Amino acid sequence: MKKLIFVLSLLLPMGAFAAGGNVHLDKAEYDLTDKASLQTGAKLFMNYCLGCHQTQYQRYQRTFDDLDIPLELGSANLQFTGEKPGEHIKNAMPSESAAKWFGAPPPDLTLVARVRGADWIYTYLRTFYADESTKFGVNNLVFPDVGMPHALQELQGVPRKTTEKMLVDGVMVDRYVGIKADGSGELSAAEYDTAVLDLVNYLVYIGEPSRLQSEAIGRWVMIFLLVLLVLIYLLKKDYWRDVH
Amino acid sequence: MDWVEYRLPIMRVANMHAIQYPAPRNMNFWYMFGFLATIVLVNQIVTGVWLTMSFTPTAEEAFASVEYIMRDVEYGYILRYMHSTGASAFFIVVYLHMFRGMIYGSYQKPRELLWLFGMFIYLALMAEAFMGYVLPWGQMSYWGAQVIVSLFSAIPVIGPDLVIWIQGDYVISGATLNRFFALHVIALPLVIVILVFLHIVALHEVGSNNPDGTDVKRKKGSLKDSEKTNFKIHEYYTDKYDIVDDIVPFFPHIVLKDLVGFAFFLLAFCYIMFFNPEMGGYFLEHPNFEIANPLKTPEHIFPVWYFTPFYAILKAVPHKLGGVIAMFAAIIFLALLPWLDRGKVKSWRYRCGLHRWNLMIFAAVFIFLGYLGGTPQEAWKITASQILTIMYFGFFVLLFIYSKNERTKPVPARITE
Repeated sequence: MKKLIFVLSLLLPMGAFAAGGNVHLDKAEYDLTDKASLQTGAKLFMNYCLGCHQTQYQRYQRTFDDLDIPLELGSANLQFTGEKPGEHIKNAMPSESAAKWFGAPPPDLTLVARVRGADWIYTYLRTFYADESTKFGVNNLVFPDVGMPHALQELQGVPRKTTEKMLVDGVMVDRYVGIKADGSGELSAAEYDTAVLDLVNYLVYIGEPSRLQSEAIGRWVMIFLLVLLVLIYLLKKDYWRDVH
Repeated sequence: MDWVEYRLPIMRVANMHAIQYPAPRNMNFWYMFGFLATIVLVNQIVTGVWLTMSFTPTAEEAFASVEYIMRDVEYGYILRYMHSTGASAFFIVVYLHMFRGMIYGSYQKPRELLWLFGMFIYLALMAEAFMGYVLPWGQMSYWGAQVIVSLFSAIPVIGPDLVIWIQGDYVISGATLNRFFALHVIALPLVIVILVFLHIVALHEVGSNNPDGTDVKRKKGSLKDSEKTNFKIHEYYTDKYDIVDDIVPFFPHIVLKDLVGFAFFLLAFCYIMFFNPEMGGYFLEHPNFEIANPLKTPEHIFPVWYFTPFYAILKAVPHKLGGVIAMFAAIIFLALLPWLDRGKVKSWRYRCGLHRWNLMIFAAVFIFLGYLGGTPQEAWKITASQILTIMYFGFFVLLFIYSKNERTKPVPARITE
């Protein structure tokens, strides 16, 4: 037992690769009430993510209902493998093969927003960059040596770490100006950011589909409790009036 | 009514323990946390029963069944958040309840047994919370269990076998999950409910303390009628004592006071439950939304916030068995307070200034230890937690020394406010 823990503790530093150091995370200003954004996010997820990543705890129908997507429309456009709408959002990738291809099976993403946080995903999906030294030809700023290809490359284009010639103190130098797409993608830089935000919005939704309902109930509960507090306080005061 | 009462003493018990139970009238807000703890206990039991209806205690299904509760069970997310928020709320009110006992000397004679029952409840509660945290079978459930269970391997000779006996397997596995489920839903709640019953019976036998520490019960025949209370008090108490005119009946007066506190508590509780159930990763840790994976160690392993002070003490001692001993000693010293404190004056209002400082520093040390035990390890934190561990035990040593011949203020004969 001690040995096992010792071995595991040696593996501990390996866990660090998943955290990705102290890269600054951009704030994801997502909005769970924006149904159009959520619908776009769902479309992006089903088309670009679901091939490898499942959201096996969530059902199609729940997603359609919560996102105001009519059942027929959703079934026709967002379900590709012929399941019933009441079924969970899964793919057909066998996890043993996936482990062989990627080194580890692609993780389930139902709760990824609750594990990593929206800001992390938002930054992660926007900081892929071309890196020929890796298996998939891309690397990532917040997830170094990431084990997946840049799934949204079709939209963003090929992102590269870019330098520009600049005049600094009278000398021309190459200065790093961040990751820039090469323009081969379907979307402009601004459109790509919006698309990623929609996808993040969807992942936040799917992580906790009851969030908005919870807050709606919560507001009435708070109002009720405030009234209750006043009434109980008045009752208490009345009973204690004669106690010196 | 009479027919029932003749066969079952409902009204007699209600009168004796609530309607005609004498409670000091100066009990302040510190005195509501026992009531709140009882309410939270009921909340945990009721929501727990309903969660059990949809939870599957197997390594394969546990995580998915929690998400099933969150998504498919009608209002299941409310039940789950009531239970998870309740777990943290339980420890908040229990810690405040214990600190109340410390500042007003509620553990002193004649309430030693009452304090001990309280400490047993606290121990059972920690076991209950630990096992409950394993059930959702997330990463922190698994690795937290790994760390805590492996502590037992530090025990000489029987340690390694004991760990296997606890786990029911050579590693933390579905067998562990299943037995923790059994202990969490049946064995420990029963123990806690019985201990709470004994705690309350013991309290009512010796009577409630109060912020002045002045006894409201006097020797029979020592008071003039004008000094006695006018409230109707049960003969069980008036036959043995004269009750000073400084009390109110528990019901309705104290109950109403507690209910005001309860309403404030519910506001905070419901705000967290409906709007912020993760509480920034303190009530529900982020890595626990990832399914348990025995091959992937999380970057940082922390217990939930309510265990972190003791976790910091454990890590402060460089020797494994030493750390475990220090951690348990931290709890045992608390349990021994009635004997470590040799003072005769109960409330910190009338004790020496050193005592007040000692108590406040102790509270600060406890909170800071919690911070150290719940944040990523850094070099300075080890030194800090070693210093704070010494300060933690220093509280008891100092108390033992100065309480013998302490310069106290006179305790008022009657309740002051």
